[in-house]
Amino acid sequence: MAAINRDDVAHLARLAHIEMSAQELDRMAGELAVIVDSVKSVGEAAGGDVPATSHPIPLTNVFREDVVGHTFTAEQALSGAPDSLDFRFKVPAILDEA
Amino acid sequence: MNPDAILSFEEAMEKYDPVLGFEVHVELNTKTKMFSSAPNVFGDEPNTNVNEVDLGMPGVLPVVNKAAIESSIKIGLALNCKIAESCRFARKNYFYPDTPKNFQTSQYDEPIAYDGYLDIELSDGTVFRVEIERAHMEEDAGKLTHMGGATGRIQGADFSLVDYNRAGVPLVEIVTKPIEGAGSRAPELAKAYVAAVREIVKNLGVSDAKMERGNVRCDANVSLRPHGRERFGIRSETKNVNSLRAVEHAVRYEIQRHAAVLDSGEPVIQETRHWHEDTRTTTSGRAKSDADDYRYFPEPDLVPVVPSREWVEELRATLPEPPAARRKRLQADWGYSDLEFRDVVNAGVMDEIEETIAAGASASVARKWWMGEIVGRAKNADVDPGQLGVQPATIVELARMVEEGKINNKMASEVLDGVLAGEGSPAEIVEKRGLAVVSDDGPLLEAIDAALAAQPDVADKIRGGKVQAIGAIVGGVMKATRGQADAGRVRELILEKLGVTA
Repeated sequence: MAAINRDDVAHLARLAHIEMSAQELDRMAGELAVIVDSVKSVGEAAGGDVPATSHPIPLTNVFREDVVGHTFTAEQALSGAPDSLDFRFKVPAILDEA
Repeated sequence: MNPDAILSFEEAMEKYDPVLGFEVHVELNTKTKMFSSAPNVFGDEPNTNVNEVDLGMPGVLPVVNKAAIESSIKIGLALNCKIAESCRFARKNYFYPDTPKNFQTSQYDEPIAYDGYLDIELSDGTVFRVEIERAHMEEDAGKLTHMGGATGRIQGADFSLVDYNRAGVPLVEIVTKPIEGAGSRAPELAKAYVAAVREIVKNLGVSDAKMERGNVRCDANVSLRPHGRERFGIRSETKNVNSLRAVEHAVRYEIQRHAAVLDSGEPVIQETRHWHEDTRTTTSGRAKSDADDYRYFPEPDLVPVVPSREWVEELRATLPEPPAARRKRLQADWGYSDLEFRDVVNAGVMDEIEETIAAGASASVARKWWMGEIVGRAKNADVDPGQLGVQPATIVELARMVEEGKINNKMASEVLDGVLAGEGSPAEIVEKRGLAVVSDDGPLLEAIDAALAAQPDVADKIRGGKVQAIGAIVGGVMKATRGQADAGRVRELILEKLGVTA
């Protein structure tokens, strides 16, 4: 059984900006461990002769030529924005600089 | 302790050994973005160079720009890197409004280029090898403008405005291995390294390479350790140091600041620092924390990039002359001595001189103007010479006017001041300021007569064949004409008058 404790879940929830109650944290700690173990079982199906991959389809080098395509107008770009000013998205000041 | 305390650089060097590291972001000048066909153009109206991919709308699929891959491989090759047989993109997850997707598409465990090096020539000709850990591809973020508050900085801002035109612009991030052994030359090496990277990407033609526009941006890592200790100290990372001079100053400042912290017996805090050009200091950003847990995972929407060896070799064959070879060639073409040429390189005006010569100036005229006039002004103004905005055509025009005898060198220098002050073209300034060499011989002859009469003994000496004494008379005439006379013509007229042949 994968060891995922309540603190791990709380940490992930914080990183993912998901608010979780104490009850939910307890429940998820148990469920996540089961989920991780289930996914891990895939590893048992593949033998040593199967190379690791991050993709299910054996495709590589899917490229686009460097040719300008369509763009939005600023009005279109902002049409779904909760708030805007001077053709720019208006967002709350966030103190943590990226 | 006082968080602003610093040690003198000399004392810091006596006690500690600096270790550096750099992350240089290079914006590629492809026509379109990394994963979308929206244009990659600087300075357009906000949020007009965007489409659904750049705005991270649901259900969209990114597609890799082939030209960006080629540029990245070229950068890798020019940095003497190995090019990955296969590499992939990864998602770097974080919440900040500069990315509408809540992740940046980057590369993590499989960069396109790795294990390279760059030989950096310092001002005295010493060559220092900087090892390159990796060069990986990613996308730029949108531009935030913090509004309200007094300072324009984020502290105290009421809200921020976001322009996503830059979101998705292709970037190559070049990461060095820890740089040891630079000692007191660390600040100089820092500047020279970033200058070399900028030169390489400009030379490759893969980036506009303008630091003032953010095409090349540097994060500088600095740590100190006592001399003789192998283990690295705790580092700080100074973000977005965006001019060559700032790179040098920021590294120097951080060395001095770390030394003061270590001297006080406290540990250095591992954190981001922000560089302030106005005070030439850094301030604390944020400490490394949970926020740096980016939970990278392979990008499911993009398939691996597998550059064939044939493709890599094709690209290698297109690489232009490397900058070091170019320097050798330019020095030979221009006929500068080693010392003259090194001064030009150290002053950072080699490209400017090349452009000026291409615009029609002779090699000696171009050097005279950049080294003799413009570099000094840049130093006074505390900017890089290229940032003063002197156009090659201006120098060509000034040089022509001097050559034609319309103005003398002293006036030309004054005209340049006028051009830099935005008063117009050289011709307009000459006109406006009433600058013109007095070429009508009448007033000159009067002034010469007066000067000869004032110093009859000198006049006799010249008549007697001591032509070198003429300087005193020429000086008198120049004084009387307030520098407006053509000194060469004055000399001719004096000799003529005294019946002496030089």
